Amino acid sequence: MASEFRVTLRSPDLSVGVATAMKAVFLRDVKTAFRQPQDLLNPLLFFVMVVTLFPLGVSPEVSFLQQAGSGILWVAALLSVLLSLDHLYRHDFDDGTLEQLVLQPQPLFLLVLAKSLAHWVLTGLPLVLLTPVLGVMVHLEGNSVAVLCLTLLIGTPVLSLIGSIGAALTLGLRSAGVLLSLLIIPLYIPVLIFGTGTVMAASEGAPVAGQLALMGAFLVLALTLAPFASAAALRISLSNS
Amino acid sequence: MWQIFHKLGSPKWFFGIASTLMPWLLWAGVAMLAVGIGWGLAFAPQDYLQGNSYRIIFIHVPSAFLAQSVYIMMAVAGLVTLVWRMKLADVFVKSVAPVGAVLTFLALFTGAVWGKPTWGTWWIWDARLTSMLILLFLYFGVIALGAAISDEKSSARAVAVLVLVGVVNIPIIKYSVEWWNTLHQPATFKLTEKPSMPPEMWVPLLLSVLGLYLIFGWLACLRMQTEILAREGRTRWVKELVQAQGN
Repeated sequence: MASEFRVTLRSPDLSVGVATAMKAVFLRDVKTAFRQPQDLLNPLLFFVMVVTLFPLGVSPEVSFLQQAGSGILWVAALLSVLLSLDHLYRHDFDDGTLEQLVLQPQPLFLLVLAKSLAHWVLTGLPLVLLTPVLGVMVHLEGNSVAVLCLTLLIGTPVLSLIGSIGAALTLGLRSAGVLLSLLIIPLYIPVLIFGTGTVMAASEGAPVAGQLALMGAFLVLALTLAPFASAAALRISLSNS
Repeated sequence: MWQIFHKLGSPKWFFGIASTLMPWLLWAGVAMLAVGIGWGLAFAPQDYLQGNSYRIIFIHVPSAFLAQSVYIMMAVAGLVTLVWRMKLADVFVKSVAPVGAVLTFLALFTGAVWGKPTWGTWWIWDARLTSMLILLFLYFGVIALGAAISDEKSSARAVAVLVLVGVVNIPIIKYSVEWWNTLHQPATFKLTEKPSMPPEMWVPLLLSVLGLYLIFGWLACLRMQTEILAREGRTRWVKELVQAQGN
């Protein structure tokens, strides 16, 4: 009789490799995101709307937009990444998936890295793809649009990675949204400065390889360090709840 | 060595040590600051280019100096919190974060006052100024996160992570005047070189920097004592201490 009720306790499956686990986390995040397409669309709509505010609110003149366009697009992209960060861990936190993730035998920081990359593919990458259209709307020249796309391509993953630290720190807190912006915007400023600075240099005909290399250095730094901080923050937030 | 380290973890021991240290820190600090600022404002020679307006340096440089080193101290304390879970390290971070924010504001404010006569503008978006502004935002973030998490332990560790992440800004501030071509002048003091000012100018400046450090030490002790009393209110030694003072 007793044997029917025996629970078999299995040790965690260590045979699953790190790469397989990361791939599984990544694909899961992408799949679940596509089940809620509206959530994917919202940051993009926000991006477009914020960009629209500037010609209407400040000045629709071509000379102004050509000067400020790259900055406007960068700020709008930064803000929409910031707004989407809440989704990075929130659902998984609410339904307990996150606790399972922390309990996995694979190193947490690699799983966090996979989640951050999924976040970038779902928000940053679409923003980059949308940029040429908006670039034309703010009268940027062809070369500037290309450089702008390149800087956003390098810069938005940095935003996702740094943002994952803030999202993990504010997990489960009241008024997490405002606090998240407060914590993360100071860390975003250097990326913004170099991103727009590169486009400015390009529009003046200066070489941009050096600045792009610096942004690449930011990306490498964020890729290697941010997941550690984010994983540590996740453990703290989970022990709190 | 390790014994001191273990003792440092005890709030009670620190409370006693702080009480004996505080008068020394305060009076030495006040004396040095008074001599430094008094000398600087009244007796140091005029600058050949800026006239008397340069004298704000005797307030600007000490507060800017402290603003950065307080953040570095907080980062070290944050590391100690994460690695050894030492309670006092977190008490330190929470107590000095507002002080650091005030010092950063003071540095920015005196900088603006100084900028008006010399650069002709209150504010420019120069690398040094912008990175100091980011430092101010980082201090605000640390204070806000500390206030948002009610659980003492998780609040301590979360704040420590944030402080350590923000420390990337410190080298940017430090080297902003060398990496970029900015309006702000290079560092006043360097460990490796002789100051470019005559001794009648840099001696009072050094005195006021050291004096402000001592006063910061006093203020940190005072605020940490208050924080300890608030946190350890239920323990016996605090009750005995309060009763002894009440009589």
